[in-house]
Amino acid sequence: MMDALSLFLQITVQLGTPFLLAALGGMLCEKVGNLNLGIDGMMMMGAYFGFACGFTTENPFLAVIVGAIGGAGGALIYAVITITLKGNQTVTGFAMAIFGAGIANFMGQRFSGQIMSTTVTSVLGPVEIPGLCKIPVLGKMIFSQSVFVYISIIAAVVLFIYFKKTRFGLAARMVGENPATADANGINVDLYKYVHVLIGGAFCGLGGAYLSLVYVPYWQTNITAGMGWIAVALVIFSAWNPVRAIFSCYLFGLLKASAIKFQGTSFNIFGFEFTIASQIMDMLPYLLTIVVLVITAIVAKNRSVGPAGLGQAYFREDR
Amino acid sequence: MFKIEKKSGNKHPVVLNISSIVIAVIAAGVVIALCGYNPVVVYREMIAGSLGGAYYIQETIQTAIPLIIMGLGVAVCFKMSFINIGAEGQFCMGAVAATYIALNSNMSTPVNWFLMFLCAFLAGGAWCLIAGLLKAKWGVSETLVTLMLNYVALKLVSYLQNVLWKDPKAFGFPKIANYPKELQLPDIFGVNIGIIFAIILMVFVSFLLNNTKLGFEISIMGQNSKTARYAGINTAKVLILASIIGGGISGIAGVIQASGVQHTLNENISGGMGFTAIAIAYMVKMRPRNILIASLLFSILIQGGNYMQISMQIPAATADVVQGIILLFVLGSEFFTKYKFVSTKNNKEVA
Repeated sequence: MMDALSLFLQITVQLGTPFLLAALGGMLCEKVGNLNLGIDGMMMMGAYFGFACGFTTENPFLAVIVGAIGGAGGALIYAVITITLKGNQTVTGFAMAIFGAGIANFMGQRFSGQIMSTTVTSVLGPVEIPGLCKIPVLGKMIFSQSVFVYISIIAAVVLFIYFKKTRFGLAARMVGENPATADANGINVDLYKYVHVLIGGAFCGLGGAYLSLVYVPYWQTNITAGMGWIAVALVIFSAWNPVRAIFSCYLFGLLKASAIKFQGTSFNIFGFEFTIASQIMDMLPYLLTIVVLVITAIVAKNRSVGPAGLGQAYFREDR
Repeated sequence: MFKIEKKSGNKHPVVLNISSIVIAVIAAGVVIALCGYNPVVVYREMIAGSLGGAYYIQETIQTAIPLIIMGLGVAVCFKMSFINIGAEGQFCMGAVAATYIALNSNMSTPVNWFLMFLCAFLAGGAWCLIAGLLKAKWGVSETLVTLMLNYVALKLVSYLQNVLWKDPKAFGFPKIANYPKELQLPDIFGVNIGIIFAIILMVFVSFLLNNTKLGFEISIMGQNSKTARYAGINTAKVLILASIIGGGISGIAGVIQASGVQHTLNENISGGMGFTAIAIAYMVKMRPRNILIASLLFSILIQGGNYMQISMQIPAATADVVQGIILLFVLGSEFFTKYKFVSTKNNKEVA
């Protein structure tokens, strides 16, 4: 029983990690005022390039870096269109999602069904920290995880400090809230946007690379299975707070883990037989997101919690 | 050096759109070549598989039907700046409602037909209305609500297929029973009759947006919701009506696809076409006639891609790559319709 619980919690964190990486990526974009609906596409690109590199070179570190670059590459296209060319962010995000999935599925076809080499998975996969991982219940969850898990948690904390405490973070937030004011204060709006969107894309790419290199770890078409779209919602769910993102992403990981664990289980309540269908469990994250959106909207009344300049292109000459 | 200035006037950028599509096709060709395929062969096969022969043309038109109809539904909402990205979900709900009628109703065939379309319209409309109501009441972002509702609808279809409506006669295979013969949409010239619905709906949406009071109110709201309120428009009412109509039209695409093409309901019924339809509708600035044309062009890519997968083992995802690149180029090119480059040298001389 204890072992089962311990394993369950370990899987929860594993399932929450791609969400966390992608949500942090989305958050970085949104903080500077760019609504990124292309997260899923960037994840797909990260997943593909990470896998292709890991498979051919068998070098785990290179694979991770190339995965991040893949995501950032997708973000660069998005950034050029939305920042320099002032394109519509919503639709560009959409096009990015179609393009990213297309390119990954197209180029990945030749890897279809291929399994990642153990040289890579043994380094990137769950590593047991001797002693500590034997702690009952929580040991496996915290001390027997992939390096991606630790990276994502550290990144969340670093981003939290960055946005709250540093000068650059403050400037970035100003760009997201009111680009005209930021510009008047001598902040290079476009540069800030580019840097954050690109790093955000790299995080999405890492999220995808985690799936293809560690979690799955073989190539399959549509490897992200739409996780990037949930990440879009998770950014709001976490109220644009990176540390809160850790908890909300693990909560969604928990929902997914429960969906796997309890599917097909029957319950007898007041003489009625209930069987939990996995499809119904799979709906929960989405429904929960809507509930949270509504609650946030009611609590916040008319003032938005998110960056005020979200979704609007900034053009200097328009001021 | 030069600086960028806003252009005055708003000319319809046909030349620009076409040239950006041409450049996009060339760029996609480069990507295809980089992946080790010959782009000339790929494009040739794409055209052969979508336009080379009566059967392929019929398939291409068939593919366009849901894109056109969903694009029209989305256009009604987008015109109002109601960013409904839930066409996929509304489509599924329409198909679910129609399937329920088709498999359970004991009425006469004409009544059933009527009920199927009515229920599909209402189900799609209701699915979109959820987002409309939440926006009208509390200002919840419709973009995200409609996005989430897509997945709820897709999971619901999957649940119905695998559990609740699983056909006991299918030997344990998870599928929903086929529609009865008389409730399968007939073909006309080898294309299902849905294409006629698509054209009727195009005329309807065009009329609604350009010639009715509601359409006028929708476009005023789309430009500025404050202005609309000052002008005495009941914005909540318009929002609700338009989201029912917009969602309902996508629902109709669902019933056409289920009864005309699949003859049943299954998980792959929408196949991500809702997303493509949205991008198309936006790309052509929500003009109903252009939605029809652009959807037909995109279905050449989709049908061509499917054909290549079977005939040449070139992944069907090629079509997605080309689609994505075209969309990105057209979105990027919009910049040049709004802004122009002005040489600062000349300005200095003047000054």
